[in-house]
Amino acid sequence: MDKLIPLYIILPLGAAFLIPIIGRIVKGFQKAVTSLVFLFLVGMSIKFIISGVNEPIPYKIGGWEPVNGIPIAIYLVLDGLSVFMLCIINLLAFLSGFYAISYIKKYTAENNFYALFSLMVAGMNGVVLTGDLFNLFVFLEIAVIASYALVAFGIEKEELEASFKYQVLGGLASLLILFGIGLLYWNTKTLNIADISVIIKTSAYNKFLIFSELVLIAGFGLKAAIIPFHAWLPDAHSSAPSPISSMLSGVLIKAIGIYAIIRLFFNMFAVSHEIAITITTLGILSMIIGSLLAIGQWDIKRMLAYSSISQIGYILMGVGIGLMILTSGGNKTIAALSIFGGLYHLVNHAVFKGLLFLSAGAVEYRTGIRDLNKLGGLAGKMPVTSSSSLIASLSISGMPPFNGFFSKLVIIIAAIQGHYYWLAAIAIIISIITLAYFLKLQKNTFYGKASDKINNIKEVPFTMCFSMIVLAVLCIALSLLILPGIREVVMEPVVNAIINKADYLLIL
Amino acid sequence: MITYLLCFVLFLVGLFGVLTKRNIIKIVIGLMIMELSLFLFFALIGYVDSGVAPIIVKNMGKVKFVDPLPQAIVLTAIVIGLATNAMLMAIAIRLYKKYNTFDIRKINSLKG
Repeated sequence: MDKLIPLYIILPLGAAFLIPIIGRIVKGFQKAVTSLVFLFLVGMSIKFIISGVNEPIPYKIGGWEPVNGIPIAIYLVLDGLSVFMLCIINLLAFLSGFYAISYIKKYTAENNFYALFSLMVAGMNGVVLTGDLFNLFVFLEIAVIASYALVAFGIEKEELEASFKYQVLGGLASLLILFGIGLLYWNTKTLNIADISVIIKTSAYNKFLIFSELVLIAGFGLKAAIIPFHAWLPDAHSSAPSPISSMLSGVLIKAIGIYAIIRLFFNMFAVSHEIAITITTLGILSMIIGSLLAIGQWDIKRMLAYSSISQIGYILMGVGIGLMILTSGGNKTIAALSIFGGLYHLVNHAVFKGLLFLSAGAVEYRTGIRDLNKLGGLAGKMPVTSSSSLIASLSISGMPPFNGFFSKLVIIIAAIQGHYYWLAAIAIIISIITLAYFLKLQKNTFYGKASDKINNIKEVPFTMCFSMIVLAVLCIALSLLILPGIREVVMEPVVNAIINKADYLLIL
Repeated sequence: MITYLLCFVLFLVGLFGVLTKRNIIKIVIGLMIMELSLFLFFALIGYVDSGVAPIIVKNMGKVKFVDPLPQAIVLTAIVIGLATNAMLMAIAIRLYKKYNTFDIRKINSLKG
């Protein structure tokens, strides 16, 4: 089974290489090949999940075995957390790519779009799989450079401006990450995450380590658009073509921001309680300020982008509470519950935010308008779009029986059990504010009276409908993850991979 | 130690440029300065006093090697830096064509 691991990187990378060459000659090659590749990778991830990845499976690039216990090869590590992330990334990539088959007809250069799209997914898969710090940086750059180009894909005034902002702040983030990696290498003389973990555990307290932790929080925080570092996100995510917005908001900020933070701070560093408090505080700040900024927006996609910041805060809060409990030596089951809540919200957010961006894209595709003041009355004309968007809105604002309710519930229960009552209260209040701005979005887009300009429009084409329906079904189906029998199979290995630090060292 | 500090000062000079300059080309140059200071930092990490290139030959006796890994990292990072800078410059040219200015204050169609 471990021989299959590099396929996650090779297949999208190969597709990105072949599409510009063969796509010119064979019509429809780009669409067929991306859909098939991502569908295959989703199938592979599901097979891994069902067979149960209870301990990390290493793959040594080039087959170099360790010498005297010192790892030489670059490692790819597949454990519970990474297979879980891979499943989400490739699922959303398949659905967004399938949605784009009709959507992308607005633009020229379909080949370039699909090539960049595959490249971005290859980078994200690489970030999630790699067990080597510098390799993580390389894959991260592959993913973000492709996303810079995709944000500017429309090459109009707004897209270019958004892409420039994104690139300057993204470049700054990459440099901070590289700086942090440099500091770590200086201290430990190794780049392998598991090896660094061993060395940190045995060496004494070190000021440089604290400094590199802070630099890495700033770097990955910029990539994940946590609140003091969020300035680029609303511009970039609202200007990109809709399938790309759904990829950026749905998985990119999680794969290269949240995932990296979880992996480094749980599996690598021996984190102090102060750092755990810092991470949780950043999460709470994003949660509050993101949702307050979202209420005032009148552009559909900008509102969704701000809401992404707020929901990222929920994920970070869940994970941060777990880290706080672990570092203060509290009850391990409560920490596990809190981390489970954070990760559960991560997958749910990927699904419903992806769906919301796709339905906003569908509205824009037919009407050409993104301003909430000028829209209205689309519910009768676009039944699939409006009902799927309604499901996603209810889900994100935490209405039972949709998935968002259960993940928020788990986070809040964990916060109460860990005696962080204030955090639980804030989470509930923000959930109500979320409901408020999504009701505003629903009312102004799909209900009320339609203006004359948008009176004679019809439902979007089949491929766009298909992706939205699948995601809407997933919004309901993912609530099943809370059920005992299913939770043990799917979520237990993920949480264990994070909590049991010693497991990760087995790859050496 | 003083060389490391100077390297960090160079990093801060680049950061200052990114944060205060209003011409987009100068912002890009600021990013490049930060990048180069990091390459310098990596090269310094690998430096060993009176070390030689790590190539093993017969009968070489006892010699000190410099650390080759940071050098490989710098080479890779330079290639990545080339890609990001080319991308930034391409967007800067496009921006100039659309707005007829390099001034970041006048490029402000996105708000909120």
